[in-house]
Amino acid sequence: MSSVNDWAGPNPVKDNRSGLIGKGVDRYEGPLKVTGTAPYAYEVQPPSPPAYGVMVGATVATGRITGVDIAEAEAAPGVLLVWTHRNVPAQPAKGTRKHPRSTAGSKPALESDRVAYFGQPVALVVADTLENATAAARLVRLTYDAASPDVDFAARKAGAGQPPGEEDVEIGNFGEGFAASAVQLDETWTTPIQNHCQMEPCASLAWWEGDRCIAHTSIQMVKPAQHGLAETLGIDRDDVRLMTRYIGGGFGGKGQTYDDLTLAALAARALGRPVKVAFTRQQMMHGTIHRPATVQRVRLGADRDGRLNAFSLMTWTHCHRDGAFTEHASNFARTLYAAPNRLTGHRLVKLDLPGAGPMRAPGEASGTLSLECAMDELAERLGLDPVELRIRNEPPVDPENGRPFSQRQLVRCLKEGAQLFGWDRRLPTPGQVRDGRWLVGYGMAAAIRGNFLLPAKCSFSVDDDGVITVRQGMTDIGTGTYTVLAQIAAETLGVPLGQVRVEIGDSELPPAPGSGGQFGAATAGSAALMAGMNLRKAIAELATGDAESPLHGGDPAKIVFQDGVVGIENRSETLAGLIRRAAPGGLTVEGEIRPASDMREWSQQTYGAHFCEVGVDPVTGEVRVRRMLGVFAAGRIINAKTARSQLTGGMIWGAASALTEGNPVDPRYGSLLGQDLAQYLVPVQADIGEVEAIMLDEVDDKANPMGIKGVGELGNSGSGAAVANAIYNACGVRVREYPITPDKLLAGLIARGL
Amino acid sequence: MRTTITVNGEARALDIDPRTTLLDALREHLKLTGAKKGCDHGQCGACTVLVNGTRINACLSLAVMHDGDEVTTIEGLGTPEKLHPMQQAFLSEDAYQCGYCTPGQICSAVGMLAEVEAGLPSHATADVAQPAAVDGAEIRERMSGNICRCSAYPQIVAAIEAVAGGKA
Ligand code: FES
Ligand code: FES
Repeated sequence: MSSVNDWAGPNPVKDNRSGLIGKGVDRYEGPLKVTGTAPYAYEVQPPSPPAYGVMVGATVATGRITGVDIAEAEAAPGVLLVWTHRNVPAQPAKGTRKHPRSTAGSKPALESDRVAYFGQPVALVVADTLENATAAARLVRLTYDAASPDVDFAARKAGAGQPPGEEDVEIGNFGEGFAASAVQLDETWTTPIQNHCQMEPCASLAWWEGDRCIAHTSIQMVKPAQHGLAETLGIDRDDVRLMTRYIGGGFGGKGQTYDDLTLAALAARALGRPVKVAFTRQQMMHGTIHRPATVQRVRLGADRDGRLNAFSLMTWTHCHRDGAFTEHASNFARTLYAAPNRLTGHRLVKLDLPGAGPMRAPGEASGTLSLECAMDELAERLGLDPVELRIRNEPPVDPENGRPFSQRQLVRCLKEGAQLFGWDRRLPTPGQVRDGRWLVGYGMAAAIRGNFLLPAKCSFSVDDDGVITVRQGMTDIGTGTYTVLAQIAAETLGVPLGQVRVEIGDSELPPAPGSGGQFGAATAGSAALMAGMNLRKAIAELATGDAESPLHGGDPAKIVFQDGVVGIENRSETLAGLIRRAAPGGLTVEGEIRPASDMREWSQQTYGAHFCEVGVDPVTGEVRVRRMLGVFAAGRIINAKTARSQLTGGMIWGAASALTEGNPVDPRYGSLLGQDLAQYLVPVQADIGEVEAIMLDEVDDKANPMGIKGVGELGNSGSGAAVANAIYNACGVRVREYPITPDKLLAGLIARGL
Repeated sequence: MRTTITVNGEARALDIDPRTTLLDALREHLKLTGAKKGCDHGQCGACTVLVNGTRINACLSLAVMHDGDEVTTIEGLGTPEKLHPMQQAFLSEDAYQCGYCTPGQICSAVGMLAEVEAGLPSHATADVAQPAAVDGAEIRERMSGNICRCSAYPQIVAAIEAVAGGKA
């Protein structure tokens, strides 16, 4: 069996002879993105002019479609087809897997007369132009037998049950430990539904080449999309080629396909021409998944020195009636602080709301908004600095399973962050600092996010020009995949970056799990390193076995790759020259990574500390984020520039979750009130002040052969709590109901007489 | 309807549905897909292009309203081989991640600097009688019509500062 020890030896990424690893090189695909020449799914030019599909969403949340009148829509100018459940081509029932190894089952569109959520696609209109399709979509008349939607989370919370297959985790005796604690805190926080709001709405383009479907879509994971589409179309998986070369943001919301893909493929088959289908911005809010709301009860029991004796985080959340997704807001807390008596768990209610699902840092993003504020409140009750309180509760090993940490630099993040930020200038009593009309406060919070490694493959080729091509069914959702793969390839084969090509986002390429859970770089990158090592080996054997090579007869183990040259001791030749002569047409090899079987003997996380300064206007309740600093420890960093961008982006997400983001439910219709970007408020430039992210030196040799981890979600863990704590420090008002909007803050400010 | 729009310096004759937005005319008819559709409602700025030098949301404007206008899209600012200084600055500062808002941000930034140059004040301008400085506060205010969900905001400010500073 494999072991983390197998990763202990030297490798080109660790050796970093050309210094490319860690360097903040510009994005590989950057020149295309900044010139508008990177084609996203809807923008790929198909072989013949496409038809345009527009979906129609249900206007009720639950019930049956009883009447369908499409005559007027069908007669409208330019209309090519109109489908509802009554006339859509037959598709295998939901979840069907004709191929037992498919990574996703059939996902039929317009499946039946049943409506399961507001906005569910219930009809498709395809026309010669987008304008004709949009106009005709308004002429589709459906009537419903609608039931009253069951969407009141607060009311249904009392009846919530355990998520399937889960149990509460109790260590020691929480009840007794809490009761015996000298200082106790028992508070409840709520977080609202949030929407991903990727800037690129989900979109698909499909056409057929004989019996083969060619589809471009915007998706984080290639294989499940390819398999799911093949199952839905009832064809062989090899008869679907699915591509996703550029993706306008994912954040977890594009971890699954939606009906745009199925309908584009079906309509293209029916019409014998390419068809494009995109969600409108409004359709995105209901038609794709969201982060569900939570209610979180935190209980902390400590002695007077601030040592936690009892700790509990219980989360209530919701998912769709047919679903099982759970926002695991309590999980991260199991690893964060020491305490002998511990209780964590989740409760889930099923509602008639659209599907809940993962959104950037699922679990941590919600959960840190309660626990990290609770720690701030506890520090105040104890008269302790919040940084010091956390240091006092630093566990020597994982507090729940006793496993050693592979790496844990939380305390260093806290200390260095405090120093860089000027935390010592914070006044512990709230409401003491003014700057003109603004009340100014500081807040901090810890960050934690798990580390994962999944199985992945990758291929490396070298051609007659010595160009290395990396091929992998991986995606880049803005995370920097193209670039880190190029860096790993260049470093591994000793060629300049300009001599590397990267091809990803295609189901024809060696499979990788895609982007999600901040496992992308570690997983895809490790497979790339393995493929690169295999190519080095193949080249070494080629050179030493080739009578015409100056390396002939040398020891293949001694080969060195640098600056496009291969050498053994003082003998060398160019990589291009060798290939051209000894392997004309080039060489291609594959490599793969699998998690080591003993990886789980270590507790593996990424860590960080957030510091934030806000201004609160006591008259209006307006909050301004003035500056944010995050210090992070997340293994070896491959690209300082793109990693920093991921972290600062995540930090801004956290700030927005504290201040503006939330989508209230309209109980009458089972819909969400925020139906576009004017109603659902994502941050804009003016909302965000200075943001800086620092990455500590770290190598996690238990994580993977490169010792790297992920950063895509870490920044989003805890930064909202730092903002909330800074608001309290500024003005003395605690709002435990996110987002902390001016109306809520004003009520507290008035109560305090400010 | 017959409409002629000069796009990136080239006169383009279109026979176009009066309902077609300038954005869809560019993307679907002229195959200039650099301008993005993020909301189609004037809420995100992803579709920003320059019309006669002024930045507008192309999704909020019908193509037929632009007969005789000069439209500059991201493709007209520069190419991968020959980047416009603002494109180069976005690349160097990593002022983007997924890249979907980026063409709009860059066109908006170019239009915004021209507005500052023309002496147009903003909400963040302390003294509207004086020319505005291109500092962080001004940039944040003037660029708030362009959403970046990846939240490359600090890097976008740095990119624009680099270009504005280079000019001064
Ligand atoms: S697409 Fe025009 S502003 Fe959003
Ligand atoms: S780069 Fe992704 S939205 Fe701005």
